[in-house]
This record gives sequence, C-alpha cells and structure tokens, in this order.
Amino acid sequence: MIDSIRGDNLLSLNDLSREAIVEVLDTAESFVEVNQRSIKKVPALKGRVVASLFFEESTRTRLSFETAAKRLSADVLSLAVASSSVKKGESLRDTIATIDALGIDAVVMRHQSSGAALQVSRYVPHVRVINAGDGLHQHPTQGLLDAFTIRQALAERRGTTGLETGAALFANLHILIVGDIRHSRVARSDIAAYVALGAQVRVAAPGTLLPEDIENWPVSVADDFDEALEWADVVGLLRLQRERGSGSFVPSLGEFTQTHGLTFERARRLRPEVLIMHPGPMNRGVEIDSRVADLPAAVIERQVTNGVPIRMAVLYLTVAGSKEGSPK
Amino acid sequence: MTAFILRQGLIVDGATPQVGDVLVVDGLVAAVGTRIDAPNGAHEIDATGCWVGPGFVDLHTHLREPGREEAETIESGALAGALGGYSALVAMPNTEPALDNVALVSYVLDRGARTPIDIAVAGAITQGRRGEMLAPIAEMAALGVRLFTDDGVGVQDPSLMRRALTYAKPLGVRLAQHCEDELLAGAGSMNEGAVSSRLGLVGRPALAEELMVLRDIELVRLTGGAVHFLHLSTQRSVAMAIAARGEGLPVTFEVAPHHFTLDETSCATFDSMFKVHPPLRTLRDVAALRAALVSGDVDAVATDHAPHAPQLKDLPFDEAPAGMLGLEHAASLTYEALGAESSDPTTFFQLLSRGPARIAQLRHGDHRVRHSAQGGALNPGDDANLVVFDPRQRWTVRREDLASRSTNTPYDARAMTGKVRATLARGRLVVDQGELA
Amino acid sequence: MNINEQRQARKGGLTFLAKSQLLSADDVSRALRRMAHEIVERNHSHSNLAVIGLQTGGIPFATTIASLLGEILGESVQLGLLDVSFYRDDLSINPVPVSSTTAIDHDLTGQTVVLVDDVLFTGRTIRAALNALSDWGRPQSVQLAVMVDRGHRELPIRPDYVGKNLPTSHNEAIVATLDGVWIGTQVPA
Repeated sequence: MIDSIRGDNLLSLNDLSREAIVEVLDTAESFVEVNQRSIKKVPALKGRVVASLFFEESTRTRLSFETAAKRLSADVLSLAVASSSVKKGESLRDTIATIDALGIDAVVMRHQSSGAALQVSRYVPHVRVINAGDGLHQHPTQGLLDAFTIRQALAERRGTTGLETGAALFANLHILIVGDIRHSRVARSDIAAYVALGAQVRVAAPGTLLPEDIENWPVSVADDFDEALEWADVVGLLRLQRERGSGSFVPSLGEFTQTHGLTFERARRLRPEVLIMHPGPMNRGVEIDSRVADLPAAVIERQVTNGVPIRMAVLYLTVAGSKEGSPK
Repeated sequence: MTAFILRQGLIVDGATPQVGDVLVVDGLVAAVGTRIDAPNGAHEIDATGCWVGPGFVDLHTHLREPGREEAETIESGALAGALGGYSALVAMPNTEPALDNVALVSYVLDRGARTPIDIAVAGAITQGRRGEMLAPIAEMAALGVRLFTDDGVGVQDPSLMRRALTYAKPLGVRLAQHCEDELLAGAGSMNEGAVSSRLGLVGRPALAEELMVLRDIELVRLTGGAVHFLHLSTQRSVAMAIAARGEGLPVTFEVAPHHFTLDETSCATFDSMFKVHPPLRTLRDVAALRAALVSGDVDAVATDHAPHAPQLKDLPFDEAPAGMLGLEHAASLTYEALGAESSDPTTFFQLLSRGPARIAQLRHGDHRVRHSAQGGALNPGDDANLVVFDPRQRWTVRREDLASRSTNTPYDARAMTGKVRATLARGRLVVDQGELA
Repeated sequence: MNINEQRQARKGGLTFLAKSQLLSADDVSRALRRMAHEIVERNHSHSNLAVIGLQTGGIPFATTIASLLGEILGESVQLGLLDVSFYRDDLSINPVPVSSTTAIDHDLTGQTVVLVDDVLFTGRTIRAALNALSDWGRPQSVQLAVMVDRGHRELPIRPDYVGKNLPTSHNEAIVATLDGVWIGTQVPA
C-alpha cells in the first residue's frame, strides 16, 4: 500500500491507500481556489519541465494536464506522438530516452498498451511518471477526479466542504458503474478509488462486457439494471469503447441502449439527488440519452472542470514532493 | 589418438547409477567401468561429485537463422546449448523464411554441421507455416527430418491437421503441435485470469490450449499418426496427454522450464521478459507440472529457447514478441524442480536426454546428424555425447554473461543450483569447467 | 481538529516536546492588543487596511488582531487567509506541505496589508507570502506582524510589529498559540 504519492510516480490507483487518495483530493481543493483567482497561476513548479507524451491522442486529457502544469508554472513539452514520426513498433525505451535527453522532471503519458507507463518508469527512474491512461489498465487521474467530484457535490449539499469531510461521505455510499467494464481503464481506476474511500460499488453490464473474473473484484454485480438504479446514490456511466472492438461484444448499440443505456425514462425514475457521471467523450444516444446529460443531476461538466485542479494536485505532489527529505 | 577420461562421476546410463570412469577415445566411448587405466596422454576430467550421462537433447530451440541473425545464429545457439549441457538441438522451422523445403533444411543442417554439437531440424508442416497447404514432408523426411511443426502457432484447421497426420504416418515421422486455438487466444498476451483482468491485458485462456490437445488426441485416435505436444502448460493438458499415452496412442509431450518455474503473477510488472506463448499459467498449473516431472510422467523437458533482439523486448507488453531464453538454465531449473538434492538422477537424464532423444529419433549414422543418446546405456562404440553435471554448484544468472546473442532471460540475477561442468559432443570437449573449451 | 492538532499533523509526523512556557495566555492577549494599537498609530488612513493571516499558525492571531482593530476603529477590517505552500522556495528540499485554504476575496491594489504569522524565523515564509500577494494586485504597502520573533533570519526581512522577541538556538522550537508560547524541541512522533 502506498500512503502518499509525494515524490512518487502515479501509475495506478490499485495500490493507493485511503490516506493517499484523500491527500490528493484535499490538495486539489486548494487548487480549485487557485483556479478561481484572476491570476490562476502559482510558482510551485517554476523551472520544472513536464513532458506530455500522448501515444494515443486525447485532446481533452492532454489539454487538462497541460493547463494544470502551466498553472503550476512548469514548462511544458508537448509531444503529440500519435501524429509524429513515432509509430507503433518503435521501442518505448528509445522514445523516452530522446525526451529525457532534453532534461525533464516529469512525463505525463497516454499509451494504447496496458503497462506502458510502468515500463517507461523503469527506463527513467529519475523522472516522475504520471499515467494519463494505459490500454485497458488504469486512468488514475480520472478515478481521482471522479471521486473528487462526488465528494464536492455531496459536501455542497450538506453545506460543508470536501476538505472537512475527508473520506466520510463515501461511507456506505452506493455507486453504480454501468457499461463496458471489461475494456475500461476508467472503471478499473474508479473502482480502486471508490473502494479505498469506503464506498459500496456495484457494476451493471451485459455479461460480455464484464471481466471474466468479476467475482474476484471488490464489487457486486447487478442482476437487474433497473433495480440497481433504485439502489444507487451515484450512477457512473462509461463510454462504450467502440474503437476497442466492444461492438462485437454486444449485438448492436441499439440493444445495448435498450438493456443498459441511461435513457430518459430510466433517468426520470432516479431519485432526484442521484448524481449522474460520465468520463466523456459521451456517445449521446448510446450509453446516455442526450437529455439526461443535461439534467441538473448530471455532473459531467463539473468532472471536466475538476480535471485541472486534480491534475495540478497530482503534479504538485509527485513532482514537487520528495520521499526522502526530512521535515524542518 | 585423442582420449578423455571422466574420473569418478556418478554414471547415469539407464541402469542403476554407479560411481566410475568413462573413457573416450577418438570420439567414441571406449570403456565404462569403476576404475579404468587411462592411456598415456589422455585428458583427465575430474567428475567427482558430478553426474555423468548422455548429452542433453533439446526438442525445441529457436535458432533464428535464417532471417533473424541479430537475435541468434545457428552457431551462437549451438554454443549456448553446449554450455547448457546439450549435445543436440532440434532447430524449429519458424525462421524467415520458414524451413518448409529441402533447400532450407539442408542449409540449416550444413551450418549446424560446422558447430561443435548436433543440429537436427524440425520441418514445417505447412508451406510458409501458413496453415493452408502441406509442405513437402516426404522430401524433408528423406533428409533425416523426423519432426514437423508449425510452431509459433498450431495447425488451426482440423481437417488439415488430420490430413497431415495421415500423410506423415507411413513416413515414420512425428508432428509436433503448438497447442493454442488462435481464435480463442489470438489477441491475448498473458494467461487469462485474475491477474490479466487486473492488469488490463487481454488473456490467452487455458482452454485455448486444452481444446487443441483434446482435438489432436482425437485426430491421433482417428488417423494413427503420431503427435508430440510442444510445451504443455496446464494441469488439464498434461493430464489429457498422459491419459492418451496410457491408452496406447502415439502421443508424447514436453514441458518447458518456464512453465514449471514461473507463474502468471510474474507478468504483474508488465515486464515483457515474462511474455511467452503459451503463457505462464497459475500456481496450480506450475505445481501440477512439477508433480508430473517428479513422477516420471513427462516425456521430455524442452527449452523453447526463443531469443529476441533487445529492441523488440522493449516494446509494450502487448506488442512485444513472445518467448524467452532457455538453453543455458534448463538443466538447473529441471534439477530444482525435481527436488534439488533429493532429485533422482535417472529421471533427470530421462527428461533431458533419453526422452527427447527418443522423440527426436536421433540415430547413429543418420544423415549429417550423429547422436548416440537414443535411450540406452553408454555403450562402447557409441558417439561420445556426454555431459558432466555438478548438482552442488550454485551460480547466479547474469544476462550479459549468456552465450546467446540475445539477453531476454526472465531469470536475470536469479540464484540457481546445479550447473553443467563439461559437455562432450562428437567426442570433442566443447565445454570444460563450465566454460567453452 | 483544532489548529494545534492540525499543526502537529502537518509537520510531517514530528511532535513538539515543550520544555517551558514563556508566555501565558494573558501575556499573549496583552501583546496582541498592544500590536493592534501600534497598527492603528502607524497607519493614518484606516479605510484600506487588510489583515491577512498566514496558514496555519498565523490564523488565530490574524483573526484576533482584525477583531481588535475593528473594536478600536469602530468599523470592521478586511480579513484574509493565505497559504503559501505553492510559493515556497524549498519544495525540492522539504516534503510538500499539505496545503490549506487561501481566502482573499478582494483585490489588494492600493490596500495596506498587514501580514500576520505566529513565529518569524528564517523569513522564507514571508518571502513566499510577499510573492503570493502580488497575485492579488499591488498593495500600497505591506507590513508584518508576528507573535514571536526568534531570530536566525536568512533573508532581509524585518517585522513591523512584534509580540515578543525570543532569542533561540537553531535546534529549539517555538509554539505560539492564543493559549501561550512554549519553547521546546521537535521529536519524531
């Protein structure tokens, strides 16, 4: 168990303790305030160089990370590897060595292969590696920002702040995750974060979109989607990963919507306080009805907004922090 | 006259092991006895405390030549084999191009004849190993090829496999099958299960292997052709193969050291050194394989020595090629699996020499391949293919010290027990004091 | 969790072991009242006065001083909270401090800012605070009030209002709260 990501890499949420996760969420609260200032910039990472290395294009995540790095005054080297000369088949070691030669303190990395960020961390042990999504494995900052968004929304309702509640609001919270669990790195990170924080997690999906060993996961499996919706305090939808071939795991998108889509009719039956989440980009009309995405209970835009303070917190803790230093 | 005398080793020749001397004169075993007077000028090799037996035979070596000489050559693979105690290797045909015709088989046999040990060849079952048309099996058999395989993949089409068995049977050759149904396993890069699920790696299910074992056993029953199952890795595969053999079907099988040493959790660090097909399985499978080794139910240990150039192993796990080195540590790992100090020397040589030699059908006087370890005693007049194994020597694997051109060993920095001290091949001392002579 | 417990938790697992109490709660209270009067005397225009407490030790003193100023002036004085973690120059040496709330809800341009902290030591926190303040505009002047000045400055920084000057050695530690001031040492928890 890792009790703090200070001075460490962030590769997966699997091994993070509750304390480590709460530390990131608490730190992010401070950065929410920074993002509300007229000058949205602090010098915490002045003189540090953060490379963003996206082997798989994701404009949203890349922009979110780069904004975060710039608001911490870091210099950002942006390499859209997906469109550069680096092609599938080039050795990861060569790519990272080239970038390391430019002198970097951290690399934010997205890759289509599971484990690629961990491999890179072995090649450049002096560089902090932040996983921005690797294959089907993990998307740690998404898991953190989802947990942050839930805590923030629930704290507001109770007239308090996330900082004051720690992990308390997650105790016995019912979180339902719906859709392509099998091919989802977001689901793997979300589940790790929610379970560490003390929530009860249930998953709902057609059998083919559940992992083969779902019985080993720290979640329950919903027999009936509509019953699970009644049970849930939070409904987290996942993008149906058509580009990963999950199309062949269900007969048709229409049938998926029929059995597991959050249609307008289903959303109307939800208790009004139930939060609706989606990591984006949405397939409107497939896993989520367009009108549902615009309901007040949907905190989808807030998830995007919270991406910046969470990524600031992660960069701040991993890059500015040190494991060895002794406190004064 | 050149003469060697191996002094006071435990001679493991199929009968009850006894301490004694082995005299080699002009490439042939001259005498075996408790105490032999050496002729003048004979090179003495002290084998006290060591096991002396027929040189090891590897049924499953990827020598990469032609096509991938940056990873291994016939020469470098042969030297790695000699250091591992092997006096004969069977070269797998998945080179580039594949060994699917007499010209290429001859090329490898010729190159092999220039190395200090025997290099036999397994020919491809189908043209280009594409699994579509039969390769000229009879022509290759006439050159002395006794094993045929599309290894790397199995023959997927059951009707083609049936035809190949029917065709091979009267030729007296054996088909070696890489058992994995690619439709079930194709996209996967490690064993399917809890570990792959957590890591987000697509799995290769045990069932993909077991289905093909089951299918091929039934095809053997139908056709009467002989099948050798390559690198069986699951408890059920091994059980099915043992049962089929027990029924009298012409079925043999090998297991690979990595499958009885390592399990799927090794993949948890996404280190592509641990990527191999069939994949590393569960601890339960590892235990089942070890039990079968100890009980003597396994026909052969084979390395599946699969060198890959470093830049390929530096790819992400799912893109990296499958396979790992095996020749230089197979004997140590087999010794460990048999129980180290409590291991039975006869079983050890059965697994590494006699069993594989019988399956490879290496025969004295075979065209360009000369090997005497076909399962019998060390008889005067046999080619002197011998190994001296020191069961007490401890050593540590250093990937940079391996003789292979590649470094993709999953055992780097691992402590081992038991080491090959000397290898004699064709009567020549190839390895002495654990080093190339 | 009160401020003191928070302080302890935030000092990276170190616990303060008190040797002796140097000031009582009454002493602290009298010192703060004196400092408030000094602030009023020094600043002729009171309408643009802003008190900003430094997280986390400066907050109770800033709150008290602000309310005393309100009492003396008969009008409330702006109070802000500032966490300087992100502005520190020793991030690569020290473990990252867990940051806490910053709350400055107005532009500081043209204001007279009184920064308030508990203990003035090397001056690096104040350097960071001055740097941070510039993100909220251009104050007309910035003054510094501290409960305890313990010496050992590493930067050219001088307080304008001091509760108590306490010469210390480097390995001693000072804890200053509204309940009193103690001298002691930091030991691993």
